[in-house]
Amino acid sequence: MPKDSGIGASSKRREDVRFLTGAGNYTDDINIRGQAYVHFLRSDVAHGKINGIDTNAAEAMPGVVRIFTGKDFEGIGGLPCGWQVTDRHGEVMQEPPHPVLAQGKVRHVGDPIAAVVADTAEQARDAVEAIEVDLEELPAVINMKEALKEGATKVHDDLTSNLCYDWGFVEENKGAVEEAIQNAAHVTTLELVNNRLVANPMEPRVAVGDFERGTGNSTLYTTSQNPHVIRLLMGAFVLGIPEHKLRVVAPDVGGGFGTKIFHYAEEAFCTFAAKAINRPVKWTSSRSEAFISDAHGRDHVTKIELALDADNNFTAVRTETHANMGAYLSTFAPSVPTWLHGVLMAGNYKTPNIYVNVKAVFTNTVPVDAYRGAGRPEATYQLERVIDKAARELGVDPIALRRQNFITEFPYDTPVAVTYDTGDYGATMDKLEEMADIAGFAERRRQSEAKGKLRGLGINCYIEACGIAPSNLVGQLGARAGLYESATVRVNATGGLVVMTGSHSHGQGHETAFPQVIAEMIGIDESMIEIVHGDTANTPMGMGTYGSRSLAVGGSAMVRAAEKVINKAKKIAAHLMEASDADIELKDGAFSVAGTDKSVAWGDVCLAAYVPHNYPLEDLEPGLEETAFYDPSNFTYPSGAYACEVEVDPDTGKVTIERMMAADDFGNVVNPMIVSGQVHGGLAQGIGQALLENCVYDENGQLLSASYMDYAMPRASDLPNFEVDHSCATPCTHNPLGVKGCGEAGAIGSPPSVVNAVIDALNSGGKDVPHIDMPMSPARVWAAMNRASATGHGTAEGRSLGGASG
Amino acid sequence: MYNFEFEQPTTVADAVKALSEEDAQALGGGQTLLPTMKQRLAMPSKLVSLTAIDEIKGVKKDGDQLVIGGGTTHGTVAREASADYPGLAGLASKIGDPAVRNRGTMGGSLANNDPSACYPAALLASGGTVVTDRREIAADDYFQGMFTTALEEGEIITAVKLPIPEKSNYQKFEQPASRFPLVGVFVAKYAGGVRVAVTGASNEGVFRWTEAEEALSGDFSASALEGLSASAEGMISDIHGSSEYRAHLIGVMTKRAVTAAA
Ligand SMILES: Cc1cc2nc3c(=O)[nH]c(=O)nc-3n(C[C@H](O)[C@H](O)[C@H](O)COP(=O)(O)OP(=O)(O)OC[C@H]3O[C@@H](n4cnc5c(N)ncnc54)[C@H](O)[C@@H]3O)c2cc1C
Repeated sequence: MPKDSGIGASSKRREDVRFLTGAGNYTDDINIRGQAYVHFLRSDVAHGKINGIDTNAAEAMPGVVRIFTGKDFEGIGGLPCGWQVTDRHGEVMQEPPHPVLAQGKVRHVGDPIAAVVADTAEQARDAVEAIEVDLEELPAVINMKEALKEGATKVHDDLTSNLCYDWGFVEENKGAVEEAIQNAAHVTTLELVNNRLVANPMEPRVAVGDFERGTGNSTLYTTSQNPHVIRLLMGAFVLGIPEHKLRVVAPDVGGGFGTKIFHYAEEAFCTFAAKAINRPVKWTSSRSEAFISDAHGRDHVTKIELALDADNNFTAVRTETHANMGAYLSTFAPSVPTWLHGVLMAGNYKTPNIYVNVKAVFTNTVPVDAYRGAGRPEATYQLERVIDKAARELGVDPIALRRQNFITEFPYDTPVAVTYDTGDYGATMDKLEEMADIAGFAERRRQSEAKGKLRGLGINCYIEACGIAPSNLVGQLGARAGLYESATVRVNATGGLVVMTGSHSHGQGHETAFPQVIAEMIGIDESMIEIVHGDTANTPMGMGTYGSRSLAVGGSAMVRAAEKVINKAKKIAAHLMEASDADIELKDGAFSVAGTDKSVAWGDVCLAAYVPHNYPLEDLEPGLEETAFYDPSNFTYPSGAYACEVEVDPDTGKVTIERMMAADDFGNVVNPMIVSGQVHGGLAQGIGQALLENCVYDENGQLLSASYMDYAMPRASDLPNFEVDHSCATPCTHNPLGVKGCGEAGAIGSPPSVVNAVIDALNSGGKDVPHIDMPMSPARVWAAMNRASATGHGTAEGRSLGGASG
Repeated sequence: MYNFEFEQPTTVADAVKALSEEDAQALGGGQTLLPTMKQRLAMPSKLVSLTAIDEIKGVKKDGDQLVIGGGTTHGTVAREASADYPGLAGLASKIGDPAVRNRGTMGGSLANNDPSACYPAALLASGGTVVTDRREIAADDYFQGMFTTALEEGEIITAVKLPIPEKSNYQKFEQPASRFPLVGVFVAKYAGGVRVAVTGASNEGVFRWTEAEEALSGDFSASALEGLSASAEGMISDIHGSSEYRAHLIGVMTKRAVTAAA
């Protein structure tokens, strides 16, 4: 029987009531008395020198309060980068400054040049149009290969080149990998592009800066996944405001997908300007602005080689990736192609020799950083594509080839530095084969063919590293922050609880799932527990929500804090019942003395803690509130197997997803409904990447896909009914809940199965097409079938390193 | 958006008068004009809304033609033309989404003449007539290239007259992002011959595929199109498809329209 409360119950998402009835409180809903509005003047060229900015006419416009340019920020820090990568040669990465407003040069379309603060948003926008900028357009570098050529235009004059770093992992493995490839019975090589994406959360970014003259305190309201991180970065590195004088609030946030992790110029600007003009300052991004100012995702160009012995055992994997950083280093950008990508290159397989090379490149494009999955989708995609290609070349069953090479013993030390604690890849594959009804595929294909359609089946596995992560390890890897999480559990006098967490919920459902855990531990109703998050003023220091870490790390901190509370409550209960603490048991919301019928209710113990008349005051402080910080000892490793069935219209190249199946191992599951929802959302984004979404620049650095007229987002009608399962659970061995994280799996696991399915369909129709780059638009699929050009000039192919076939 | 004046006349005569002012512009359903104004790409000094003029709304059968008011929404056409002209109603029912169909109008779409708009294909394939406040313009003379028409400054489309075909169908192959046609083909069969109009494909906007018309006029079947292919010359090439791909789709969509024609 499914439970109706506590761990394992599909409790309804309590936060959805306010989201769906218009009662949410988003940053744009925050309006402070006297607030002014800022509009940014953004560069419309990809690269240019600012010879002068004339604001005279604009200053005389109605409602203008003040106009800011780079000059106003000369003495102020730039936006910091939170991760420093050390390259193959032991050198640290090149790290250019990232000013709040452009200093002398603009480096991508959308780079902010000046900002007008006015009484109304429209007045600010009017005045921006009256600013005259003497901008000398310079040649732009967009293509990563061109950017690395000798003599290429430099994005940053002060750097030696456009190469941020040249990373080798594990450098010592390089020779052994080369040898294994030389000695292989078969080597499969694949060149591919992991397409650049725009995250497009439903709520665009918003920032409201406020300065209280009376106290000298600053407050920033912002659309962030991690308000504490923003407070630390902005306070310490940009504006020089001590943390105790700065509060950052991220109220309801309408989706983040990674792009709201980072500290952005607009946040620093609003906080700074509010103090400068002594008025609150608000910025609300338009959707058009979001396309050219939110950090983009992915954009890798990769060559991967898979070596196999005569028995089809994997003997080596070697990859070379060019990773686009864009014009500046966004907060966590350097970590994505390295530590979130290279360490996953073993996948689910016991390949003994692995070498990963990543060249991170500056170009005149919007900065690129983490997007749902961050590095792990890129790793999974290339590995699962090359395995599929190898199976086709060798004429073996792609499932059997994978199974033969699965890691089966845990813990497993990969050759790329991480240790998988647990997993059962055979079990998720068994489950998937059952869900996918592989035996019935031939008949389904026959039916499609009868309609003139080609049908394909694609499968793949994935492994991800979530719950990031041990602070001491990430510190060695270049993180400039710790990655613990925190929680304060406050019990009120009448027995209700408030959990203050450093994690942040922006759609994940923490307000429902976290109480389920506490309810289970104490044996009380979920409605007695409230989650508080998103405000640095009333939550303990935490690193926020990304990398599927909230329950695994933040939830674990909450469990630790709750354990402390329960231990103390037991002492109080022992006192009340004149028993020894060791004999006290907590069950169903009541404390009892083992082996007796003595019992005292949870609420009575809580009351005693706050009205300590009959209380061991000599031994125990009154009150019932505890804080815990939790720093995990390892990543968690969710894994799974996915399958996709497509129909391809051979006349037009249009791909239709007929079936999509996901068998995931997330360890223990707190709320199965929420987990299914997370997988559904991830699948939609993964299918979006595979079939629809593409961020395209032309050779001059103009963004061609700058609105929904040209950037294709997945819609409900593009998606089938998903079939998902998470019953194959191998609990995480090192966190108290045994949970692994589920937020990114769908986006990581689905793109390769979609591509594998399309390739399978085309081959079934006699089209020997080895690979098609994402997104597999009708034009590209048709061109691949007909060896013609898919799209006009200025397409993503223009940026590729010869990896893309049209 | 920049500031503008707003007027909402109830007769065509008043609307024409209001539009005689410099930089005044007609506002139909606003589904094209308002987004353009929000992006500050258009700055009319005055908007003259046509939505309160009843005389330019509605779908009427007049002998062997269908007369559709310039202010008629796509949603109304989808419902009210379905018995007499199912090909046209089918086209209207697939424009945008319900919100767009309940606001956007026939007149606005034809006046705008977006190279990827659907209605121009229907008007041209029907050999229809554009009726304005001052004259009648034959479809073959009306379209003059991308976003360009025979309309004069301040001229209002009050109606279109579409001869009802024996059989017709519109096939729209959607551009994945906007879901406007990447290529749309309207086929209409009349006693006197077949007309085939193509939208979305050409740099010159909507056009007639005369080779297909000839082939189909002799034999109205998909097999009559075997061996015919549209030339890629002059076709649009962009991030959603090359000119070759668009040219190829013209052939595929034409065949499908003929097969589906009712
Ligand atoms: C999300 C979305 C999807 C869409 N998808 C499609 C699609 O798939 N296919 C398609 O064909 N269209 C599509 N459209 C466009 C839609 O059909 C518009 O409604 C239409 O193009 C313009 O009609 P309107 O009445 O809204 O005109 P408006 O936007 O009000 O005006 C457009 C232009 O026409 C002028 N005008 C308006 N009415 C008249 C008149 N009676 N006489 C003279 N001039 C006039 C205006 O001055 C203006 O210049 C889409 C629009 C949106 C927003």
